[in-house]
Amino acid sequence: MTILAQKKQLVIPGELVAKGEYDPDLNVYKDGENIYSTMIGLFESRGSRISVVPLKHCYFPFVDDIIIGKITDVGMSGWSVDINSPYSAMLPVTEFGARQNYPRRRETTQSLRVGDLVKAKIIAFDRSRDPLLSARDRELGKITRGRMIKITPSKIPRLIGKEGSMINMLKKESACSLSVGQNGIVLVTCNSPKNEEVVVELIKMIEHEAHTQGLTDRVSEVINRKLRGVKTGKA
Amino acid sequence: MIDDKGLRSDGRRPDELRSIKLQVGVLHNADGSAYIEQGKNKIIAGVYGPREIHPKHLIISDRAAIRCRYRMAPFSTDERKHPAPSRREVEISKVIREALEPSVLSEYYPRTVIDIFIEALQCDGGTRCASIVAASLALADAGIPLKELVSSCSVGKVKGHVIVDLYDLEDKYGEADLPIALMPNHNLVTLIQMDGKLSKEEFDKAFNMALEGCRKIRNLQNDALKRKYKLESDTEKSKDSKEEVK
Amino acid sequence: MSTTPHSSEILTLERDHIIDLASKGKRIDNRAPMDYREIKIQTGIIEKANGSAQVDIGQTKVIVGVKIEAGTPFPDTPNEGVQTVNAEFTPLAHPTFELGPPQENSIELSRIVDRNLRESKAIDLTKLSIIPGKKAFVVFIDLNMLDHYGNLIDTSTYAALSALLTSKMNEYEIKNDELIIKDNRQPLPMNDYPIPVTFAKIGKTLMLDPNIQEENAMSTRLTVGIDNEDCVCAMQKGGLGGFEPSEIESAVETAIQKSKEIRKLIMEATR
Repeated sequence: MTILAQKKQLVIPGELVAKGEYDPDLNVYKDGENIYSTMIGLFESRGSRISVVPLKHCYFPFVDDIIIGKITDVGMSGWSVDINSPYSAMLPVTEFGARQNYPRRRETTQSLRVGDLVKAKIIAFDRSRDPLLSARDRELGKITRGRMIKITPSKIPRLIGKEGSMINMLKKESACSLSVGQNGIVLVTCNSPKNEEVVVELIKMIEHEAHTQGLTDRVSEVINRKLRGVKTGKA
Repeated sequence: MIDDKGLRSDGRRPDELRSIKLQVGVLHNADGSAYIEQGKNKIIAGVYGPREIHPKHLIISDRAAIRCRYRMAPFSTDERKHPAPSRREVEISKVIREALEPSVLSEYYPRTVIDIFIEALQCDGGTRCASIVAASLALADAGIPLKELVSSCSVGKVKGHVIVDLYDLEDKYGEADLPIALMPNHNLVTLIQMDGKLSKEEFDKAFNMALEGCRKIRNLQNDALKRKYKLESDTEKSKDSKEEVK
Repeated sequence: MSTTPHSSEILTLERDHIIDLASKGKRIDNRAPMDYREIKIQTGIIEKANGSAQVDIGQTKVIVGVKIEAGTPFPDTPNEGVQTVNAEFTPLAHPTFELGPPQENSIELSRIVDRNLRESKAIDLTKLSIIPGKKAFVVFIDLNMLDHYGNLIDTSTYAALSALLTSKMNEYEIKNDELIIKDNRQPLPMNDYPIPVTFAKIGKTLMLDPNIQEENAMSTRLTVGIDNEDCVCAMQKGGLGGFEPSEIESAVETAIQKSKEIRKLIMEATR
């Protein structure tokens, strides 16, 4: 039993990362004794679980994921939603709005129109049907303002941080509202355009440097410099 | 075409590949892309997907469909090529798709399509092989899960000599042309075509030369991917973009 | 645009059964792995064509007609005749064949047959020039699938060869720059020709001459063309899988042996 790649090493498809009785987890596949990477990404192993965190991939829906999507079509029973995935999702009318005032069928367009953004939860998805959404819970529903940023879905956990540490820091320091979808969509709503630019820059920085050491410090440094206006002598 | 020093008319030895330059991620819109220059061949491959499939009747319920189009630009050859798809391009599109498809883990994305578009901008022999080399990189660049990259290379015979990586004149006036594609880890040949005349011994020699050529090219593909995705924190100097193959 | 075809409509049970049999060296029609189905060759069936043949391999039927007409030579071969192959996957041959322009399978097949003839110079095109640079005979080889029950490639090629080997063309002479067709007939000038054999990879086993059920269960096919000097003249892999190098080497050896048997059949039928 050997692990052949180092933690956070850049690996490519077909690269042999481990040999033996390991448990192939994400973005690797096992052929006999050999475990290979299937993607360009960073190698990770936790105990006997071997994974590769891809640098680029599309969003694959999972039940219970909170996503941000764009309405692409209005139908009789609900809306078609682009969730930044090869699978287009459905938001039924019955799953939108609080119980007291869910819209009646002919008023569908009055609540959500093509081009609107919505925050929703995936309540069903399997290989034989498209994802089904619900926007009934609190904090879900139509998004009325903000700027949409797309990042690689696998970087979302880093953006959120351990127990929300990173995202909360960004929110607090920028006084912006940040809404994050598991599907790689981030909504930034700021009162100050200048702060909005800084936040967008930070989000992109986190996406590109998610795998590196010392990211939190570098993010703090940018925050100090650009949001607090604190001049520091050293980076 | 082979002189008394055993060199070909472009100065190469019989087992020498043309000089190959590979770049990954050259297009903005495509999910993945790659560009190859191999001798005078200039080919760009772009990949979109996995994405929703239209028309719906192409849907395959348990995996992604792969769609591949190989096209030669009208200005790519000595004589202008008519823009309409030729029968040769139709066949080449098919064999390229069949060469790449075994490497794609298409079961991960049922009911979607992965589109591969190959534009041969300048053609000088061996374009289907160069296309496969570039398209495989483009698939990896797009974040499509792959068993491994597919490599590809041709061999042929000119004046009785078995040679690797034919260019256009050698292909036209030679006695045999044998393009292959290989998934080296799996030892799987996913494309093999041949026309011409080779004795069994010549075939064995040519076939093995082609396999060896594929392995060399595979190393170049690996390098190109790592180069593109090199981490900013790396202190290594970036390599030259042109790779010479000895 | 080439798109992954739908898996055939074969039942999983049937496919698994065929693969299981193959792993034991058996086939659903009780043939040995390297045996062809019965090959029947009929020639001279279309009097209006210069040459014609129908070949049946088992229940697969392909009819080929050869028409030889005066035309213009290609600019890069001004002193040679022209050969052109077209394949028609007529809807009557199989429920999935549709009307319309040639699909990729039909184009691939016609190009395989064409290459088989062209590289080996099976048709002696040098003898088909009329006025160099201006006029030459064009040999139209039209393949018509009649009934698809597996292995259209071999059936089509054997039919094309049989039709060509029994083709007759009128003698001619040039008088004052005019082409005058005479009444006497002469055979189309032919050289030696390669014989293709097609393998199917079913599970991990290679078998020759797949019937339609085996084609639906196979992952990949390999056609190998061998000439009468035991040289490899043509190869084409098709399908979604691949071959190990050793499988290809062994296929070439089998093809060298098998092509001799089939060559004998064709020679007898076209005497």
